[in-house]
Amino acid sequence: MLSNLRQLFRCRGLIQILVARELKARYRGSVLGFFWSFVNPLLLLLVYSFVFTVIIQRGEIVDLEPYAVFLFCGLLPWTWFSASLSEGANALLVGGNLIKKVMFPAEILPVVAVVSNMIHFVFGLPILFGFLWFYAMPLRLTELVWFPVVMAVQFILTLGLVMVLAALTVHFRDIKDLLANLLTLWFFATPIIYPMSVVPPRGKAFMDLNPFSHLAISYQEILFYDGPFGHWKWLLALAVAGAVLFLLGYWLFDRLRDSFADEV
Amino acid sequence: MPAIELDHVTKVYRRHGRRRQFATLKSALLTGSLVKHLRPDESFSALRDVSLTVPKGACYGVIGRNGSGKSTLLKLVAGITKPTSGVVGVTGRVSALIELGAGFHPEISGRENVFINGIMLGLSRREISDRFDEIVEFAELEDVIEAPVKTYSSGMYLRLGFAVAINVNPDILLVDEVLAVGDEGFSLKCLDKFAEFKRRGKTILLVTHGLSLVERFCDEAVWLEAGQNRTSGDPKRVVQMYLADVEQAEDQHLAAEDAKAQRTPVTQAPPPGPMTEPAAEGAASAEPEETADVSEPEAADDDEPPANMFVAKEGRWGSGAVRIEQVTLEGSRGPAHVFHTGEAMTIRMRINAVHRVDDFAFGVSIFSSDGVCCYGTNTNIEEMESESLEGEGEVVFAIERLDLVEGTYKLDVAVHKRDGFSYDYHRLLYTFRVKSRTKDAGIYRPRHVWRFTDNVRFKKPDDRSDD
Repeated sequence: MLSNLRQLFRCRGLIQILVARELKARYRGSVLGFFWSFVNPLLLLLVYSFVFTVIIQRGEIVDLEPYAVFLFCGLLPWTWFSASLSEGANALLVGGNLIKKVMFPAEILPVVAVVSNMIHFVFGLPILFGFLWFYAMPLRLTELVWFPVVMAVQFILTLGLVMVLAALTVHFRDIKDLLANLLTLWFFATPIIYPMSVVPPRGKAFMDLNPFSHLAISYQEILFYDGPFGHWKWLLALAVAGAVLFLLGYWLFDRLRDSFADEV
Repeated sequence: MPAIELDHVTKVYRRHGRRRQFATLKSALLTGSLVKHLRPDESFSALRDVSLTVPKGACYGVIGRNGSGKSTLLKLVAGITKPTSGVVGVTGRVSALIELGAGFHPEISGRENVFINGIMLGLSRREISDRFDEIVEFAELEDVIEAPVKTYSSGMYLRLGFAVAINVNPDILLVDEVLAVGDEGFSLKCLDKFAEFKRRGKTILLVTHGLSLVERFCDEAVWLEAGQNRTSGDPKRVVQMYLADVEQAEDQHLAAEDAKAQRTPVTQAPPPGPMTEPAAEGAASAEPEETADVSEPEAADDDEPPANMFVAKEGRWGSGAVRIEQVTLEGSRGPAHVFHTGEAMTIRMRINAVHRVDDFAFGVSIFSSDGVCCYGTNTNIEEMESESLEGEGEVVFAIERLDLVEGTYKLDVAVHKRDGFSYDYHRLLYTFRVKSRTKDAGIYRPRHVWRFTDNVRFKKPDDRSDD
């Protein structure tokens, strides 16, 4: 396992260049080009804000103004998460040519999926912070230092999940379709469009089992809500769980590795 | 220490048929049976118990039919896939020219793809920078290297892939039928590059259908047949044995087709309504309009448009008064369907006329695969006057030397009245192949020799004339 991790580290040059390729290729040929990385989250935000402020009236929920900022705090990380999962699960199939025809460490492909979506997330941050600045939201440095930690936790958790999904999708293509629907359900089962405070007590236990809840809440507490970051215990627990998941996922991936070239 | 060593290597692939039940996912993961337990009906062996040793610095050829396991062998050596059992030992850095440009992304430029592909193949960014010009020059893509790869022609794409892969500077080069890349000039450049590799003491494993390349270029060769090592060793010998086997298989194939053709019933078309039962009375009494319908290349009074005889439509027709019951082609060593240029060929027809017939002619003509009549004759043209024919008999058309160039040919045999009315016409029903070591052009190869005055010199003795 250790040697595997070291090997993965040694491939960072390759990961870097593949991520760059992914980013370059994605918007090649479009007029706005790289600006789409900024425009996409903005448009997404526009759609959601419109739906949840104009079409659906939120009624009695208080303490959620400005709603667009609240929404953005959860939506942006969610986009990273869900896109990583759906892209990562497919990564080995899409990159099948590499696995079948070139000597190529297969784990790079899911890693590239997660990293390139993280870059998109990072590109969306200026817009998020622009909003925060525009609405004069109070930001404290003591809270902001947690921001990279939350990102790191999300990264390791996502990577762990993607490893499992990528390896299994090679053998069970059903996962691809299953996942797309599961992600929709997951989105609504996470306090992104609504705050945790509206969840009834019975649902709360369920919410606590949802790892992305804690990530969303962490982002919201750090960026949206005033006051100290109180969710850090959950976050650290999630970090441990994420690390374990990653190791397990990598182990599974490694175990199935030899079958990839034959099955893809 | 050998560069590549395969020790009793077997590779089993699962056939993609019915999917296993999803319910077994959990147990499959827990026991690891996902990879190991393959039911025999779901699997096939791409390689079976293959052992071979490629010494360092050798050029080793791998030949065999499609699906004989050649590419699987390369993938095992490249480490892309693992053997089901047995050991694959490889010493040195490997570069595999299995699929060229496998990692290319169509949307980004050739320049960026060179870097990405190079890094994937194990070069550092610096190494690529150093070799970049060389790579682009080799691929002959100086003008378009900044354009996205999707705008490249397939030849350009492969050339770039080849140029990168060859510049990885491996100790062992695996080549899978990539010399078909690009035009003649580029192929020659690739061969030069291989020769350079060889000079520098590097090992090459070459999978190809270009047998002459194997003979010329390789120090050793192996012939894989259905995943097994059929024979290996001296490339000339291996290639000869392979060719002999291919010929034999072709012969069997053609024989099977002929057997099918022999069973073709005498059809009534194109002449409508002639008697098909040999026992029928008055079989030889022909209605005049039928005669005109039968397109008959050799008929002396052929008034059909000549285009008609080039219509390569197979079939059998005729009144059946005289039948050609069996046609056998024979070479110098008995029945055959594959002949070498210059070999003797005998066409043997078993005929049967239930009733006495006194107006008849036998004809034979040979067509090339694209329908050109190479030669045709009949007994009438050759001024043999028929007298009588009754009962079973044999007609032999013996060709002393079959001086045709390499290719597939079809045969017409017929028995008909002198005016062309068919008794039994077999149109293009028999196929034979002519093989030749010389790839000369045209249809007919006249026996010939070259002669020169003393000041015209050649390095090697000319072997153009037949043995």
